Amino acid sequence: MAERTVSLEIKRQASPDDPAIWETFELEWRPGMNVISAMMEIAANPKTADGRDTTPITYDSNCLEEICGSCAMRINGKARMACSSLVDNLEQPIKIEPLSKFQLVRDLQVDRSVLFENLKKVKAWVPIDGTYDLGSGPRILPQQQEVSYPLSNCISCTCCMEVCPQFNEDTGFVGAATIAQVKLFNDNPIGKVFKEERLRALAGDGGIQECGFAQNCVEVCPKGIPLTSTISDVSRDVLIQKAKDFFRG
Amino acid sequence: MAAPRIIVVGGGLAGLAAVIKIAEAGGTVDLFSIVPVKRSHSVCAQGGINAAKNLKGEGDTTDKHFDDTIYGGDFLANQTPVKAMCEAAPGIIDLLDRMGVTFNRTPEGLLDFRRFGGTLYNRTAFAGATTGQQLLYALDEQVRRFESEGKVKKYEGWEFLSAVVDSKGVARGITALDLRTMELKSFKAEAIIIATGGNGAIFGKSTNSVVCTGSAQSALYQQGAYYANGEFIQVHPTCIPGEDKLRLMSESARGEGGRVWVPRKVGDPRPFKQIPDADRWYFLEEWYPKYGNLVPRDVATRAIHKVVYEHGLGIDGQPMVYLDLTHIDRATLNRKLEGILEIYQKFVGDDPRDVPMKIFPGMHYTMGGLWVDFNQMTNIPGVFAVGECEYQYHGANRLGANSLLSCIFGGFRAGPIALEYAKSLSGEEGDGGHAAEIARQATINNALLQNKGTENPFKLWRELGQTMTEHATVIRYNKGLKLADEKIVELVDRYKKVNLSDRSQWANTSFAFARQLQNMLHLSRAIVVGALQRDESRGAHYKPDFPERNDERFLKTTKARYTVSGPALEYEEVDTTLIKPRPRKYDAAK
Repeated sequence: MAERTVSLEIKRQASPDDPAIWETFELEWRPGMNVISAMMEIAANPKTADGRDTTPITYDSNCLEEICGSCAMRINGKARMACSSLVDNLEQPIKIEPLSKFQLVRDLQVDRSVLFENLKKVKAWVPIDGTYDLGSGPRILPQQQEVSYPLSNCISCTCCMEVCPQFNEDTGFVGAATIAQVKLFNDNPIGKVFKEERLRALAGDGGIQECGFAQNCVEVCPKGIPLTSTISDVSRDVLIQKAKDFFRG
Repeated sequence: MAAPRIIVVGGGLAGLAAVIKIAEAGGTVDLFSIVPVKRSHSVCAQGGINAAKNLKGEGDTTDKHFDDTIYGGDFLANQTPVKAMCEAAPGIIDLLDRMGVTFNRTPEGLLDFRRFGGTLYNRTAFAGATTGQQLLYALDEQVRRFESEGKVKKYEGWEFLSAVVDSKGVARGITALDLRTMELKSFKAEAIIIATGGNGAIFGKSTNSVVCTGSAQSALYQQGAYYANGEFIQVHPTCIPGEDKLRLMSESARGEGGRVWVPRKVGDPRPFKQIPDADRWYFLEEWYPKYGNLVPRDVATRAIHKVVYEHGLGIDGQPMVYLDLTHIDRATLNRKLEGILEIYQKFVGDDPRDVPMKIFPGMHYTMGGLWVDFNQMTNIPGVFAVGECEYQYHGANRLGANSLLSCIFGGFRAGPIALEYAKSLSGEEGDGGHAAEIARQATINNALLQNKGTENPFKLWRELGQTMTEHATVIRYNKGLKLADEKIVELVDRYKKVNLSDRSQWANTSFAFARQLQNMLHLSRAIVVGALQRDESRGAHYKPDFPERNDERFLKTTKARYTVSGPALEYEEVDTTLIKPRPRKYDAAK
């Protein structure tokens, strides 16, 4: 074995119906190693630390530069992106588990399609007339762009949902990521035509009032999106909308 | 006749652009993607998208954009489609703006533009340093709107395996693999649009995403589609070397004033701040005074290679040079480049606002791809190709910020054309070849699952990547290319003894990877043999033994046709009807 090694404990589960087991891996350390390169190494040499043959690990990944949002998992208990988890910055053995709030597929792979469904419910798009050439878009001052741009950086990794105590089957809470998209599109000069509909979609059960302001989301967000202040802003708008709707009868 | 069915394979910018146009025209689309489309590789594009909007009073025009693109591509691109793309670009930017892309703005609220490589104009619209992400999201949102209206059905987590072709050679659908249940299935369609991106995985480590294997292109190539200009691979001059991949450091870093340099003295022990200007070699600025740090990528890449390997001036003796932003104030850097600076900080640990970045060239972009006609159709009737997986818009070298444009333009063009084609297609005979194609795919799958050999597919892939990177990237010699081809032939043979360590039928990533690998091997031969036969230097293709461009012999598109014994090459005239080819030099103005 090499002089310097890296030790990983990975939670494995062959399918949703199979029992979960832990496997330990001992790999040769290399400079700049991250959790993804460690799992690539396991795929090329699928053997556990005690020399047993095993299978390559199933996990989602794509860009490996923290912009596609694929490789979210729990690493040493924390929800984060595997690609930007540098081995040298992690305590060993590195414990790796799948996100716990989503339906497990296999090993570290889970089904996060609920977020994309939520984005449909809040109509997270600008309803353009068509794609033919209709001239330039509305003027937007740089001050507004600087508010919107961070919100549109959301990579749909679902870390904010994983760490939210309110995100569970009982509440049906949509989670911070979707609320941030509501603000993004409500702030857009054209996107705001659906403002009332979006706010109403966040008004009922599973809506914004489920937020318990634990503030875990903003701490864990890999893109540093100002999630809590955004939730406050949208929360206020939802209340105003509720009041308006009440008086309109 | 029933409403035509169109299949789009790939949910990056090009695929989504095609989907939007078809849905808007009243068609319905089945959209296949390995990953949820919002996670496609287009998100990795950083710097921006080109359009000659001329909002900076510089007198920029779409004609100048056209000329820069053709010149930057060393005259290998067909000119008619490139001209159309450059003319459409300002309208595409306006549309993206209307879709809500958070482009950077001028104080007056107009779109801001910056300068990119290979041009002297501020022509690149940008959203921070995450323009590809922002553009992909805008199209993803529009597609989600059509999806909620029932016009688009997504098959996310499905991998394309092959086209279904009828007895007359006309496409009638596809076969695909459900990556979760491992179910093999065929889907009917009157037209198919392939939008599956580049093939970086063939080079092992590249700036590309994991899904960019070229597998779909290769499957079609093996089914008879021509693969064009495969030998033209862009090596991006500024990447961050990594264990798992090479991370791109956007050209926008230089567009915003970043300077490339090395200490003039071999092994200069001083920290960078103590090295005075006189002892720093800004070699790009010295060699190319007009364009400076913004020469096209192939030129910058070869210059860095030369400084490191011929002058021996790599930092700390390593293959790395400085890309320096430390002379620019932090507020400006944060406003315009934060996304990429964060990447560097996260993956390297140093703050590029304080310390120059250490970078080196890495495989980045596939200029070549499926051969298509001016209507984006391959030589398999009914199979269209758009985006990086086709060859049409960039010639021998792509200019920065033209890729996002070519993706959207190609998708917008192919969508309506495919719909019209589908409407006019006559009914299929029998089952259109579906049963036979499913049987062929099942045979491949079963052989792979039952194989009891000794070869690990991930190890074979590493060997392929090393060979390709060594012999078929920045500098190419015929001797090395021959070695590479022999090595690939050896790997194709060893692949027959592949042993999957996982034979399960649930979310089996090794199985999916092994299928991709087989396709990578066949496609890599088209790249290597194309490079071997092209005895000249043009754009990204550089042979020291043939240092000049040779228009007489090679102002031609390479078309590779698959045969069992290897790629058979043909050459096709390039459309040069609009701009007469002239020597390409960046040490002076054009």
